[in-house]
Formats: sequence, C-alpha cells, structure tokens
Amino acid sequence: MIKVSNLEAGYGPVRAVRGVSINVGKGELVTVLGANGAGKSSLLLTIAGALKPTGGQVHLDGIDVTGSSPERMVRRGVSMVPETRDVFPDLTVAENLRLGAYIRRSKIDIVRADLEKMYALFPRLQERVDQAAGTLSGGEQQMLVIARAMMADPKVLLLDEPSLGLAPNLVDQIFDMIVELKTTGLSILLVEQNASKALQIADRAYVLRLGEIAAEGSAAEIAEASDLHAMYLGG
Amino acid sequence: MVGFLQFVIDVLSLGGAYALMALGLVIVYGILRLVNFAYGELIMVAGYSLYLLNGSALPWLVMAAVAVLMSMFMGIATDYVAFRPVRAKSVTAVLITSFAFSTLLQNAALLFISPRPRNIPLPDLFTTTIEIAGVVTPVRNLLTIATAVISLALFAWLMRRTVIGIAMRAAATHFTMARMLGVPANLIISSAFAISGLLAGIVALFWLGRIGSVVPGIGLEPLLVAFIATVIGGMRSLQGAVLGGFLLAFIDTGLNYTLPQDLLKFRDAFTFSLVILILLWRPEGLLKGPASGQRT
Repeated sequence: MIKVSNLEAGYGPVRAVRGVSINVGKGELVTVLGANGAGKSSLLLTIAGALKPTGGQVHLDGIDVTGSSPERMVRRGVSMVPETRDVFPDLTVAENLRLGAYIRRSKIDIVRADLEKMYALFPRLQERVDQAAGTLSGGEQQMLVIARAMMADPKVLLLDEPSLGLAPNLVDQIFDMIVELKTTGLSILLVEQNASKALQIADRAYVLRLGEIAAEGSAAEIAEASDLHAMYLGG
Repeated sequence: MVGFLQFVIDVLSLGGAYALMALGLVIVYGILRLVNFAYGELIMVAGYSLYLLNGSALPWLVMAAVAVLMSMFMGIATDYVAFRPVRAKSVTAVLITSFAFSTLLQNAALLFISPRPRNIPLPDLFTTTIEIAGVVTPVRNLLTIATAVISLALFAWLMRRTVIGIAMRAAATHFTMARMLGVPANLIISSAFAISGLLAGIVALFWLGRIGSVVPGIGLEPLLVAFIATVIGGMRSLQGAVLGGFLLAFIDTGLNYTLPQDLLKFRDAFTFSLVILILLWRPEGLLKGPASGQRT
C-alpha cells in the first residue's frame, strides 16, 4: 500500500529522518515505536507531505508520490492525524468534521452517511456537535481528529501518538476504536511511545532511534525482543 | 434627542465603512500574518475605475459594480504580484513588496491619469438629504449603514455556512492542518484577497462618495483607519475588526461633536491619544483572535 524507501527529512541542518525504509500493506496495522525525538512525527509529516523530504522515495500503490503537497496526499487517500491534536479550536465539532470531508464536499449524501457512521463510532462527538472544538476534553479532541481524518475516506491513516496525555481508560477506548477502524480494511501507520499498547494491536512494528530504523519485525517478535528497552530508552 | 439621533447616524455610517475596511485587512492578516500595505490602493483603483467610466451610458449601479470588481481583481493581483512569489521567504520581503506594489499603483495613477483630483460619477441619491424625526441627514449616510449591515451579514454567512469560509477560519489557526485535509493553500489565500478587495471596493463607493473625487494618494487614510481599527480590535479577530471600526468611528465622531472649533484641526491627535490609552489598557486589542498557529 505505502512504501517508504531511504527517506530523508529534517529541519534546516537538523536531520530528523535518516534513510528510513518502511512499508504498510493493505489492511495492515503497522506501528512505529521510539522515544521522544526519535523522528517518528517527522516521518509521518514527511509521508503526509507537510515536510519536504530531502532524499528517498514514498510510493503509494506503486506510484511515486515523493514530495507531493499535503492537499494532494489526502486526495490520494492518505489522511493524517497529527500529534498535537490539531483540532480547529474556534470551529464547532460539526464544522471540523465538515472540513474533514473537504475533498468529497460535492458528494453530499455519501458524506452525510459517513458522518452518521462517525457519530455512531464516537457518540461523544454527536453530543457536542455544536460546541467549539477547543472546549472539548483531550480524549474528545483525539476522537474528533480521528473522525475528521476518516471523513476524507482514506485508504491509509497516519496516526501520531493518539494516546498522548490521555487517561489509561481513554487510551483503551481510543485503541479499541483503532482496531475497529482496521476491520474496515483501512491501512494504518501508528506512531506511539506507548509500546506495549501499540504492540498489542499491531501486526508489525518498527523501532525508530535517532532517525534510523533500529529494529523491525512482527509485533510479537518486537515485543519479545530482549533489547527492546535498551533500544527504546537508549534513544 | 435630535442631536443624539444625529450622532448615532453619524457613528453608524462612519463606523460601518471603517468596520468593512478593517475586516478586509484582517481577513488577509489572520491567514498570512502579514499586513497588506497595498490595501488602500484598492480604494484608489475603485475610484479611478469610476472616473474612467464617467460619461459612459452605463447606469451608475453598473459602473459601481465594475469598480468593485476591479478592486476585487486588484486584491487578487496583489497576492500574485506582491505576496505569492516571496511568501515562503521572509516577512521583511513581503513587507517591502507590498509597499512597492502600493507605490507602483500610486505612480501608475500619477503617470497615466493625473496628480490632480478627478471627479467621479455619483448618483443623485448621494447628494440628497432626508429628514427623519427632525434630523436632516444625507441619504448617503443611511445607504452606508444599510450596505454595511448587509455586507456584514453576508460576510458572517460566508464565514459560518460555506465550506470555503469554514476553511478560511480553520486556516487562520492551523494552516498546515487545513492543507492536510485537502484545502488548497493558494485557494484559501486568493479567496482572502478577493474578499478583501470586495470589501475595499464597497467601502470605496461611500468613502469617495463623501469627497466626490479621487486622487492617487487617496488610499493612505483608509489604510490607516483600517489598521488602527484592527489594532484596537485585536488584529486577528474578525469580530474585533468590526468592533474596532465602530469604536474608532465613535471616537472620531464624538470628538467632532465635542471639540471646540479651534481644536478641531487637531482631532487626529486626540483620536490617537485615545487609541494609545486603549492599547495601554488592552495591549492585545479588545478581542482575542483565534489561537495562534504558525505563520505560513
């Protein structure tokens, strides 16, 4: 589905992503683990087109999409859920979701049906439909950004640390929803610091350290790897 | 009572024009975090469009529509000429290019038309007065109020109910995030400039309608007014721009009514002193804008 080869990206002289190669198959849930500053978010932003790569390639369904603009990537079916829970704080929940369906705005009926699906999946959002997104709790904002990304009807979902700053029971809820999204055949690239949680639901995993892939394998293999902690904390 | 009604009409008509001007400046600033210094020239462009159409057989409303469209077109041209080529580079560069574009337009008017004032066509309605409840007031003032109310309502509808309006509000906080939802950056920015030009064009009709003529430097005062109003209002808040516009008109008109004759020529000094006091009290402006995102 998505194939990243030798990707390089950074901020000025800082190289955040150094020759990273990963791939995500159709319907697969792949997680990228790593400590703070390992380059996980930069990797996702580069795939989403928000950060210009300085080297390497990104292929989507065999098509070279390296360096595409973010607006083009979402039209190709890659939706991004950013780490900072970038809701539009002054817009209502409904407006946030409406904007999520921007690229499909002419298909009113399909969008409305999908909106109902999202409200069924996240009933809390329906209760707060006319509330400004900035007034939602952290967990609700996380639900909103996931639902908003889903409104674009993506083939690939890039999830950046959905558990960040959430209470443990909310983390469980969010992860249950990610599993539910996976059953629809969506390919998911999940970036997480919460390794044990992510490995429970992922098919395969990569460990990123200082911008480079330090280990890869099935979720079970990575979970059992004795040096996981060393790789992780060593970053 | 009669004096009070007169005062209210004056404040509302001046404030309506100020508010629309400020809104046009703030919609671009909110998204790009850049002041468009060529904004005043949009008024000039609308004015000279009217002048050039003077004497044609067209009805005035058509001439006015053409003038407003020209201003809108010039607003979009500002984006293409002064902003787009250097937008990603540096703030200083855009500051200079927008000044340069402003000077270019003024000099084009000096060179190709004339440094002297040129009369613009106005409908008879603009020069007639009407008496309401004992107050004699120009019909133009009432038209300004009505136009401002309609424009503000349309603007609010556009920003709240249409996808492009919602996208513009979203882009004012998280521009990159809006792009990651598929909202094209250039479309948003061009739309902001188009709306900015539309508002300037509408205001131009009434601004120039008071004077009856246009000169190359006509844009400076409205730019200043819009800038001050947005600073009072909060720079990034659309509601703030409207509030700032009306407040500035209230101060101006209030001073007009209360200052003794020989101090009246120093009115602006009094106005700006009050503006400084407001800013000392509220350095951020009266209304807080949307949570700030990164500059684009």
